[in-house]
Amino acid sequence: MALLQISEPGGAPDPHQRRIAIGIDLGTTHSLVAAVRHGVAECLPDASGRAILPSAVRYLSDGKRQIGAAALSEAAVDPRNTLVSVKRFMGRGLADIEHPERLPYEFVDAPGMVRMQTVAGIKSPVEVSAEILATLRFRAEDTFDDDVFGAVVTVPAYFDDAQRQATKDAAQLAGLNVLRLISEPTAAAIAYGLENGSEGLYAVYDLGGGTFDISLLRLAAGVFEVVATGGDSALGGDDFDAALAAWALGEVRLDVRTPQDKRAVLVAARATKEKLSSADHATLACPLAQGELAVRVSRAQFDALAQPLLARTMTAVRKVLRDAKVDKTEVQGVVMVGGSTRMPMVQTAVGSFFAQPPLTNLNPDEVVALGAAIQANALAGNAGADELLLLDVIALSLGLETMGGLVERIIPRNSTIPTARAQDFTTFKDGQTAIAIHVVQGEREVVADCRSLARFELRGIPPMVAGAARVRVSFAVDADGLLNVTAREETSGVESAISVKPSYGLGDDEIARMLTESFSTAEADMIERSLRESRVEAERMLLATRAALAADGDLLRADERDAIERLLFQLNASREISDHHAIDAAVEALAKGTEAFAAERMNRSIRVALAGRSVDEI
Amino acid sequence: MNLASTDFELFEISPRFALDRSALDARWIALQAEVHPDKFVTQGGAAQRVAMQWAVRVNEAYRRLKDPLERAAYLCELNGVPIEAESNTAMPTDFLMQQMAWRESLDDAETVEQVAALAEEVAAHERSALDELRIALDDRGDHVTAAKQVRALMFSERFARDVDQRLEALGQ
Repeated sequence: MALLQISEPGGAPDPHQRRIAIGIDLGTTHSLVAAVRHGVAECLPDASGRAILPSAVRYLSDGKRQIGAAALSEAAVDPRNTLVSVKRFMGRGLADIEHPERLPYEFVDAPGMVRMQTVAGIKSPVEVSAEILATLRFRAEDTFDDDVFGAVVTVPAYFDDAQRQATKDAAQLAGLNVLRLISEPTAAAIAYGLENGSEGLYAVYDLGGGTFDISLLRLAAGVFEVVATGGDSALGGDDFDAALAAWALGEVRLDVRTPQDKRAVLVAARATKEKLSSADHATLACPLAQGELAVRVSRAQFDALAQPLLARTMTAVRKVLRDAKVDKTEVQGVVMVGGSTRMPMVQTAVGSFFAQPPLTNLNPDEVVALGAAIQANALAGNAGADELLLLDVIALSLGLETMGGLVERIIPRNSTIPTARAQDFTTFKDGQTAIAIHVVQGEREVVADCRSLARFELRGIPPMVAGAARVRVSFAVDADGLLNVTAREETSGVESAISVKPSYGLGDDEIARMLTESFSTAEADMIERSLRESRVEAERMLLATRAALAADGDLLRADERDAIERLLFQLNASREISDHHAIDAAVEALAKGTEAFAAERMNRSIRVALAGRSVDEI
Repeated sequence: MNLASTDFELFEISPRFALDRSALDARWIALQAEVHPDKFVTQGGAAQRVAMQWAVRVNEAYRRLKDPLERAAYLCELNGVPIEAESNTAMPTDFLMQQMAWRESLDDAETVEQVAALAEEVAAHERSALDELRIALDDRGDHVTAAKQVRALMFSERFARDVDQRLEALGQ
């Protein structure tokens, strides 16, 4: 009898079918897409050979848009409609933005997230980011002449829940199946660690265009464990440019007012900063409405100007070492990531603090995208993919507001994800039938100093004396670092629960509106796209379930197996219907109906794997 | 072994206070290598939900086992002596005196050296208290005494955090 073939759990059911899995570094100043080809991760260039896509989108009056270098070159001419560095606005309100008056935009304050008025209407940072992500998706599809199976998108480790959610929304808006959000320093550690076979305790110092992260990781064969992470999600190369620009204008007692001038000075400042990485002197020069600006600046002068910014990064470095309870001498290597680490003063400061030269042998612009691509390839289950285990943490504590505006911490920072914690609360007044739940993120003791993530009310608590009710609030953080909160009143048999997925002002209907208005409508009808995605998902589920039945069908009783077979039949039949809701419902029914089977399979696989391991060790 | 197993069963170690940290770490990695949601991205909703439950459970057990104080509290609870820190304040009496003396020292301390010396004193006390805790739990099986010791250590841990914050404020 011929032996039946059974694929490895997690492996592709069809060994010949290779899934196109990409890694995307969605950066403040530029973005990249990478993929594993012939076993090697590489950044994918555009048609003209450039891997780097400037994170710039210019909206034109005819409804068209320019993206990347074409947009960036018009930034000084058309600053209001040329949106750059929008990553700094993701999940942020107008009040969060430092010095909005220095930026050439017409900001629109909106609940949850700031927007920008452009010639093509009001744009959210999520929509702008989606344009960049879609451009990279198309680039990958052109490269492989195939659909993208899924993407790993990187975010700064220090991004809070609102910023992460906004990034995921943008990726979905761009038509990407998000396999995982991973932290940028973690992605860099994957690329660096695999390339160099590093083992031990490493620090990743990641100073990008708009964000700063410092992560401590323990590396071992295929295992990347984040021990602690910290940083500042509003500190990057842009701030060095702004400091230099403000100083130069002060030197000549000029005040720029027009959007064009504001952008021109910032562009000139960046060019000057970059020159000073190799030269001792440079001249910050650009034409302004009031005349030509030309200010000579020495590297020493610039270093002095930037000192406070650099000091902020070093404070975060010390804090992370304290959190991890490790001494800086235990750190075996410091990997430098992000274009801003090219500044000599940064390398000097980091080198002297850790008493060792920082590791700069990987391209600091590409390393994050490469790591994301390696992880994407592994998550997609492609044959020959590296066996990776990523154990990441959340950078910011999560808590609830309690009486007096104080924060009760539920999940402390640097907890390994996924994680879940619950805490019981009670009522304050006799007969109280509702409680207000306010979810916050941050390290401060007072609610006002933390970031508000979501508010909701739990109603329908039966009237009781004060302190008798028992409301259990559960926080769960998934592997993307995204939070889900539920609350339940548990006494007297009465239960009510509410689930909150904070979405920061971007409601489902708003996302739907953006989708219908987006680039994707130009190429294909929305319904068509939803239907195609649902069918792909149905196909995935059918394959995965059949593989599971082939591998572990013996765990099921005959009637249990029949029930699953029926759900499979229904799902298979639903694929013929031109209604994506019906297909989605059949997918969900199969997922629900196979939950007990999945649990049994997990128990078995753990038993088998770990028994095998201890035998090996004997 | 399943989701309802105790932390010790999950990590296949005997339910004792003394523990081989490197074996614990290795087991954590081995468990996560099997259950982490990253391993189930292509396996559909049911498998992903189960993986999330397992990964959360494994991380919870690891967090509790690697922290000496949480591990001790968990052992007391498994042996029918819950800590109940909010309602039960039974703890060694000499510790209460000690605690007050520390608070006064912290209030009076003005220099980094004074605060650092206090931090070292608290750390030394914690080390010897943890040693007593090990003897109570592993050698004598006296969970009532151990629970009192745990409550006292919870206080000194909180105090140690205050001392750290003070050090931080003094620019260390």
